[in-house]
Amino acid sequence: MGNSNKTRAPRGLMRWVDARFPATQLFQDHLSHYYAPKNFNFWYFFGSLALLVLVNQILTGIWLTMSFNPSAEGAFDSIEYIMRDVEWGWLIRYMHTTGASAFFVVIYLHMFRGLLYGSYKAPRELVWIFGMAIYLTLMAEAFMGYLLPWGQMSYWGAQVIISLFSAIPFIGPDLAQWVRGDYLISGITLNRFFALHVVALPIVILALVVLHIVALHEVGSNNPDGIDIKQKKDEAGKPRDGIPFHPYYTVKDLVGVAVFLFVFCIVVFYFPEGGGYFIETPNFEPANPLQTPDHIAPVWYFTPFYAILRAITFSIFGLEAKFLGVMCMGAAIAVMFVLPWLDRSPVRSIRYKGWISKLMLALFAASFVTLGVLGVMPSTEGRTLLAQVCTAIYFAYFLLMPIYTRLERTKPVPERVTG
Amino acid sequence: MREKWGPDMANNGVNKGRRRFLVGATTVVGAVGVVGVAIPFVSAWQPSARARAAGAPVKADISKLAPGQRMTVEWRGRPVWIINRTPEMIERTESFTAGRLADPDSQASLQPAYSTGQMRSIRPEIGVLIGICTHLGCSPVYRPEPDATGVGVDDWPGGFFCPCHGSRFDLAGRVFSNVPAPTNLEVPPYRFENDNIIVVGEDEETA
Repeated sequence: MGNSNKTRAPRGLMRWVDARFPATQLFQDHLSHYYAPKNFNFWYFFGSLALLVLVNQILTGIWLTMSFNPSAEGAFDSIEYIMRDVEWGWLIRYMHTTGASAFFVVIYLHMFRGLLYGSYKAPRELVWIFGMAIYLTLMAEAFMGYLLPWGQMSYWGAQVIISLFSAIPFIGPDLAQWVRGDYLISGITLNRFFALHVVALPIVILALVVLHIVALHEVGSNNPDGIDIKQKKDEAGKPRDGIPFHPYYTVKDLVGVAVFLFVFCIVVFYFPEGGGYFIETPNFEPANPLQTPDHIAPVWYFTPFYAILRAITFSIFGLEAKFLGVMCMGAAIAVMFVLPWLDRSPVRSIRYKGWISKLMLALFAASFVTLGVLGVMPSTEGRTLLAQVCTAIYFAYFLLMPIYTRLERTKPVPERVTG
Repeated sequence: MREKWGPDMANNGVNKGRRRFLVGATTVVGAVGVVGVAIPFVSAWQPSARARAAGAPVKADISKLAPGQRMTVEWRGRPVWIINRTPEMIERTESFTAGRLADPDSQASLQPAYSTGQMRSIRPEIGVLIGICTHLGCSPVYRPEPDATGVGVDDWPGGFFCPCHGSRFDLAGRVFSNVPAPTNLEVPPYRFENDNIIVVGEDEETA
C-alpha cells in the first residue's frame, strides 16, 4: 500500500485521498515545497502565461468545434455562422484567434529568456529540448488550425507550406500528396487537419508540457544570475536563496496574469484582427483553388522562417535554390535543439558573459525581428539582400557560439543571487 | 499467495535463458505486428478512391478560343491553361534570348515526350500548361502583351508573372533565369480528340 515516506494529511478527507493518491505530496513537490530562486524578474512571467494561453486555446477550441463544420463546402460558412448566429460565438472565436498569436508572443519571450540567462545549459538540456518540441508541435498546430476557416489565405498559405515537402528529392512530390490526401488541397486535407488540430496535436502538446515541467522540477529553476541555488542550503536543507513557488510565485504570476489579460482583452475587443496580422485580410474571402491572392504571407509568427526560405535565391553545390531554402528553414529550427551543446561558456547568464556573447545575442534578436518584418512584405532585391544578411547573422549566432563562448573573458559569478 | 509465488519466482527455479528467449521472440513477433498495423494507418492518408476518380481527364472545347486568348480548365483541382498563341506570340517567344531562360530546352522540366519544340506543345499555336508556379504553387498571372508593366523586367516577350515571389515564364511556360522557380511550368498529359476538343489528363496515343 504505497510508500510510507510520502507526506499525508493528518485528518479529514485529504487523509482518505492521500492513502489512495499522493495529492498532498504532489502539491508539496510542485508548489508549496518547490523552491524557486528568489530573484525572478519580468522575464519569468511567460512560462505561467503560456500555460494560461494553453488553457484558453483548449477551452475556446472545444467550444468552437461544437459549431464548426470541417468540410470544404461548410467550413467557411460555419465560421460566419459562429461569428453572427452563435450566441457569443464571435467572442469565443476571437479569444481563440487572438490566443494563437498571444501564444507565440509569450513563447518567443519565454525562449528569449532562456537565451538571456542560459536556462538551456546543463543540467537543463532536457527542459530546453522538451520546450523546443512544444514549440515545434505548436507551429504544426497553428499551421493546421489556420487552414480550418478555409479562406483564401488559409488555402494558399497551406499550399505554399505543403509544397515545401515536394522540394525533397525523389520522395518529395509523393510525400506532399500523402500529406494532402489528394492531388490538391481539398476537403480531404481540411478534414485530416481538423482531426490533427483538435485531437492529435493537443494531446502531444499536453504530454510535452508535463514532460517540460517534470524535467524542470527535477533540476530546479534557473535564475537571472544563472547560479545554482541548491549549492547554498540552510540547516533544514532548503536553498537559502529559494522561496516556495506557492504562495510567492503563484501570487506574483497572478499579477502578470492580470496585466496580460488586460492587454489580451484590449486586442480581443478592439483589434481582433490585429491590423491584418492576427487574421489576414484575404481570409475573409472563401478559398478559391483557381485564384492565387496577389501576395501570400504566412501569419506573423512564421514569417522569420519564411523570410529565411525566400532569402535563398541561389544554387550551390548543384543543389537547387528551392531545396536549399527549405533546408535552411528546417536548419534554422533544428539548430535550436542542439543549443545546449553549442554554448561552451563557463557561466550561464548573459550578466556574466563577455561582450561578444552580448553583441551576438543583440544581433540575433535584431535579425530575428527583421526577418519577421521582411517575411510579411513582398520581396524586392534590396529586401532579399537584407534577408540574406539577417539569415547569415541568425546562423552565425548558433554556429559560431562554440568559438566565441570559449574565447571571451567572463565576469566572476557571485556566490549568492543578486537583486 | 505472496509466499507461494513471490520469493520462489524471484530467486529459485528461474530459467533466465527461457525468459530471455520468450521476451525476445515476443518482441520480434510484436514488431512485425506493429509494422502490419501501421500499413492501414499510413495508407489511409493516400488519395481515396473518390479523390482518384475526381482526378479523371477533362475535356475542353477550344473552338471559341480567339487567337491571343487564354482559357482555364480545372484538372485534378489545378488550373490548366490553354492558350491560343498568335504567330507574333510564337515569333516573340522563339526569338527570345535563350540566355535569359533557365531551362530553354526543357531538359530539367516536366512535360510529356510529345510536347516538343521551343513552344513545348503538340501544335505550336495551342499551348497547354499547368497554371501552378513550380516554386511554391501559386498561380501566375497572364501578361501576354510585350513590355507589359509590373513584371519587373524590360524587354518582356509576353508570358506569365508569379505575384507571390516574382518568378517569370515566357508564353511556352519556360522559366527565366534568376527567379525563385527552378523549372519550367509543367505540361500536363493531353491529346486532341478532334480539331476543337482537347482532353487534358490523357496521353496522346503514340501510333
